[in-house]
Amino acid sequence: MWRLARHTRKDSGVTATLESPPAAPEADRRSARSLMDLVFRARELSIGGALVVLILGTWISNPSFLDDQGIKDLLLNSSILVLLAVGQSVVVITRNIDLSVGSVVGLTAFACGSFVSGTDHSALTVVLLGIGLGVLCGLVSGLLVSFGRVPALVVTLGMLYVIQGIDHAWAHGKQINAADVPDDVLGLGSGSVIGIPYLPLISAAVLVGTAYYLRTYRSGRELYAIGSNPEAARLAGIPIRRRVLAAYAFSGAVAGLAGALWLARFGTVVADAANGWELTVVSSVVVGGVAITGGVGTVWGAALGALLLTTMGSALVVLKVDSFWQQAITGVLLLAAITTDRIVNLRTTSALRKRSRR
Amino acid sequence: MNTLVKYLRWDTVVGVLLIAVFLAGSGTTEGFSDTANLSAALDDTAEIALIALPMTLLVVAGQVDLSVASMLGLSSALAGSLWEAGWAFETIVPLCLLVGALGGLLNGWLVTRVGLPSLAVTIGTLTLYRGLASVVLGDKAVADFPETYSQWATYTQTVPGTFIPYPVALFGVLAVITAVVLHCTAFGRSLYAIGAQEDAAYFAGIRVKRIKLVLFVLAGFVASFAGIVFTLRYGSARADNGVGLELVVIASVLLGGVDFDGGRGTLGGAVAGVLLIGLLNNLLTLNDVSNEIQVIVTGLLLVASVLTPRVVAAVSERRHRRAATASA
Repeated sequence: MWRLARHTRKDSGVTATLESPPAAPEADRRSARSLMDLVFRARELSIGGALVVLILGTWISNPSFLDDQGIKDLLLNSSILVLLAVGQSVVVITRNIDLSVGSVVGLTAFACGSFVSGTDHSALTVVLLGIGLGVLCGLVSGLLVSFGRVPALVVTLGMLYVIQGIDHAWAHGKQINAADVPDDVLGLGSGSVIGIPYLPLISAAVLVGTAYYLRTYRSGRELYAIGSNPEAARLAGIPIRRRVLAAYAFSGAVAGLAGALWLARFGTVVADAANGWELTVVSSVVVGGVAITGGVGTVWGAALGALLLTTMGSALVVLKVDSFWQQAITGVLLLAAITTDRIVNLRTTSALRKRSRR
Repeated sequence: MNTLVKYLRWDTVVGVLLIAVFLAGSGTTEGFSDTANLSAALDDTAEIALIALPMTLLVVAGQVDLSVASMLGLSSALAGSLWEAGWAFETIVPLCLLVGALGGLLNGWLVTRVGLPSLAVTIGTLTLYRGLASVVLGDKAVADFPETYSQWATYTQTVPGTFIPYPVALFGVLAVITAVVLHCTAFGRSLYAIGAQEDAAYFAGIRVKRIKLVLFVLAGFVASFAGIVFTLRYGSARADNGVGLELVVIASVLLGGVDFDGGRGTLGGAVAGVLLIGLLNNLLTLNDVSNEIQVIVTGLLLVASVLTPRVVAAVSERRHRRAATASA
């Protein structure tokens, strides 16, 4: 006991003496970190900049792009994609992927629709039902990935087929009509507070909450640790399986919420709602600077990426660009974004290395 | 028991499943084992099967190409619009193949020179190539291809004396060549090395980047060829031909026991996976099982195919450990 105490004291003494003299490398490290910070922030700044240029450019050539209705449309169009991108980036940060989100949205939208059609259930019930169903889907994928140790792409691809199949078999060509959906639910999609529709407000709330969690909470930081080096995270005692499972449950919950909101917004729902959205969602996340190899990126970036993709779609329509070009332009943008990201990243790493060598 | 476990590899299981589905089908379903139906079933998988060959090589090397179905669409759209413009089909085909190879080159360049992950790159080119397809052909459909060309691709015309349609016969030849290359050459072994440990492969003197580039070019080339086959088989060139096909191709390859993490799997397994999905879908269609259920079956098979080997390995490892502690 005594020896242990002595040791500790001695150790702390050593650290104390070590801490004061080499102030220079400490300062250096701090400035290096601020350089890193700046570059990461610049990453999101550059997407934000591109977004602003796009919006301003479109507005100048066609002022109706930014009138009241235009802004409202822009917000409404992007809010579901932003939600999904937030959920997806939490999964991608852990070096996994969730390809099943599109089909989960379709399933929950249809399930919620058939649950409420002809009844007068409240909007809250629908939202809770959607989230519950989404969590269920997310848990299945998550269990297979984390406890079955199966590659995420394969599992979620399989889940995509299974959920899509269940959805189609259930819907069987039927559709939910807006006339059957209770007004309370439709009000969630069309109503607004002080001029801002509910949908973007909900997305923003989820975005801010997730960003705060990832940045502040220990378990949030651990998601980054898992993504950047799973082996090191395991050795550091991070419960990887539980964290990954939670990430999938979250992604599922968000997709379920998105499904409920889809119903609220459109009222009319067919089985293949949001079919094929999974790749758009992954695209937004990648454009937003979340590395597909895990450990890097923020939900802010992902949300900006989603906004950029949606805005570009609307802008091309407003600018009367041939709609056939739209997808090709999206593809080029996507490639440009990941290439720039990579080059900036390489530059920073070599700059930092040069600094630390000095 | 131990020898049984040794031979119980997943690709053999898929092979056994394939035979089981065939036997069950011919026992229960009238017309399933008719040569005409088998021709149709085989022909329906022609494009998936063709693309599955380079995809297997890519996945073994730890890469993936999600842009293949878009390249199929681009090639189809290009063929359609050029045919409409009055070009000869003999000029259209090599041009499409060239475009396919160039598309693959772009993928490979971004992966090897810029150093981007193939998943991210090919999600980008998936969007780009599909977009180019709609730029080339818009939302038109070109359908007036002459009989002489399209009959090569449909199952009505088979290799004389057999029930094998020409695209499938070509696939058979290519599959044998690919199997030999993958399993009997230094090039094939280097793919496994890259997939298992890329850095180690590099330091062992394998030209990792060059090989990956070749694989992507090959995948683009074959995908554009599959686009021609698709166009002729359905007699219709559209920009949205084969949407979502990339996922079916990858599902088939993974079903055949090729490990998505790279470094493991056989071509025989991949081919068995393709045929299993094709045959099963045909059997379900003949039994009036809806398309939705077929999709579910594909998904469940896919999940089971990656989960089962891992569960088996975990169980046998536990048993070994228990035996070891018991003897000690």
